[in-house]
Amino acid sequence: MHDMTAATIDAPTHAQGSRPEPRGLDAARCRAAARQIRKYTLQMTLAAGPLGAHAGGALSMVEILSVLYLDVLRYDVKNPLSEQRDRFILSKGHGAPSFYAALCLAGFLDEKELATFKANETRLHGHPAMDPSRGIEFSSGSLGQGLSLGVGTALALKIRGNDVSRVFVLLGDGECDEGSVWEAAMSAAHFGLRNLVAIVDRNGMQYDGCTGPVMDTGDLATKWRSFGWVVRDVDGHDVSALHDALASSPAGPGTSAGAPLAIIAHTIRGKGVSFMENARVWHHSRLTQAMFDQAMAEQDASAETAPEPPEPGGSKRP
Amino acid sequence: MIAYTRANTRAWSMLGSSGAFGVAAMELPELDSNVAILTADLAFFSGLDRFKAKYPERLFNLGIAEQNMLGVAAGMAKEGLKVFATTYATFASARCCDQVRVNMGHMHADIKLVGLAAGLSVGILGATHISIEDVAIMRAIPNITIVCPADCTATVKATVAAARHKGPVYLRLSGVQNNPTVYQGDFEFTIGKAIRLREGGDIAIIATGTMVHAALEAATLLAERRIACAVIDMHTIKPLDEAAVKETLGAKLLVTIEEHSVKGGLGGAVSECLAGLRQKPPQLVLGMADSFNRPADYPYLLEKNGLTPRQLAESIRASYEEVK
Repeated sequence: MHDMTAATIDAPTHAQGSRPEPRGLDAARCRAAARQIRKYTLQMTLAAGPLGAHAGGALSMVEILSVLYLDVLRYDVKNPLSEQRDRFILSKGHGAPSFYAALCLAGFLDEKELATFKANETRLHGHPAMDPSRGIEFSSGSLGQGLSLGVGTALALKIRGNDVSRVFVLLGDGECDEGSVWEAAMSAAHFGLRNLVAIVDRNGMQYDGCTGPVMDTGDLATKWRSFGWVVRDVDGHDVSALHDALASSPAGPGTSAGAPLAIIAHTIRGKGVSFMENARVWHHSRLTQAMFDQAMAEQDASAETAPEPPEPGGSKRP
Repeated sequence: MIAYTRANTRAWSMLGSSGAFGVAAMELPELDSNVAILTADLAFFSGLDRFKAKYPERLFNLGIAEQNMLGVAAGMAKEGLKVFATTYATFASARCCDQVRVNMGHMHADIKLVGLAAGLSVGILGATHISIEDVAIMRAIPNITIVCPADCTATVKATVAAARHKGPVYLRLSGVQNNPTVYQGDFEFTIGKAIRLREGGDIAIIATGTMVHAALEAATLLAERRIACAVIDMHTIKPLDEAAVKETLGAKLLVTIEEHSVKGGLGGAVSECLAGLRQKPPQLVLGMADSFNRPADYPYLLEKNGLTPRQLAESIRASYEEVK
């Protein structure tokens, strides 16, 4: 069993990972993992060359991924289809780069393979292709479909009497334009799926610009609540707030019996890279070497100001 | 245990194809304890009232939301449930086409999608409900097996065969109550293997669904004019039984008949199969016109589309006169 350490995050060794039980938040490790996920995402975007990548939406969901994979999800890389695992479904499939980065930190993917992102015949498509043995439960990319898959998965677990595993679905707020999201939301409450968690990456942007002028999704919390969900609004870049919300279901405070949980994670598209933040073009674009160098330098600068990640055993690193 | 008796054949015929599906559904939990049936507000129309009464925990009504039903079905199938999902053929194919494509096609979700009232049978409900292109849509998506049973007994057989089949299946049900019977009692039904029902050296007729019975009747009429027709029940349109198609190469005329548009269905599948051959008989493609029908009852629309046995025999004879 591999316990991911701060050292492996800063210089990942990609030993196979296992997280049989959720645990308390290690905020510093989560922030360090988030930095590494951002670096990998930038490396993949650079490697894609003129093909570019959906970097903006990938960067807004980084803290969500780091908290999930470090401290919330149950998984075992050596037994990836274990009945007891939690199921994570990336419904906003264009977030693939940071998802692959998180899977790499978790031990599902090899670091070298990240460089094949968008290469011909790669297994790391621009949108994830189903590969459950490597942590990709379903294909996604055609928006509005992941929550239905989550409902079916959660329903099957309930039928089977598996009351341990939870199902997490990560959606985009632009994705919530799709009517099928709301069909799925209605059915999740109807079937009383308290083992289901929808996380909406509310970065406020979509392909053509800000969600307001393109298609105003309005007050998402009120909408999800009116569909019968327990709703939490959180700062989607605050690992502590995310951990509190993600760990709160099914037994935590604020949850009602039988209701699924929706977390509206307020985020910034392109978070962590100054020239990408809230820039429309970074729905999907390419990085030059100079842009890449600047973006990587910004990650290192943020690392210096953040609290040092603890060493295994609790001692401070020099 | 299902008894394929003559008495049951008559009883199932009276129920129509949806009712026959409901009969087979009652056996599914015996075949596989993991069965789940999903429907989009069509439990009654799918003949599932008895199933619902006996297995309430195995029937999931998703409401009028076909897109979500397909995704939920895929999630359940991936977790190991044996999932059937039912809705009108038009909605199964066109309304949730992308969900079918991504879930059943790309991800190979082991869903048995049942398209009800395919073809002209609900014609009085109008163009939104008349399914003219569902086979064409399904054929174009990789990995989906397409099965069109010829009568109600075949519907029961096909439902059980689909449950035993590994991989996504589109089960196309057509016709009305008191469907004419092709099969009396039990018979061998294997997905992907056509059934040769009649021998004849002049013309080979390949039919599917309700048109198998019509083809047999047309063959009888043509026999009165000393034209000998072979008739093949091509109940599986994809993967096509290419060997069975190529056994017809000795005929002077090849005819395909389907209660589906002449574009993209059985006729297209057969001609694609033979297109590369130098020596092959000309093919007459009979089916529904490539147009939307105005609302009318089933017999009227069959007549309007030239699909009654007498009309089929006449079309085939005229074509045969030209090529023989």
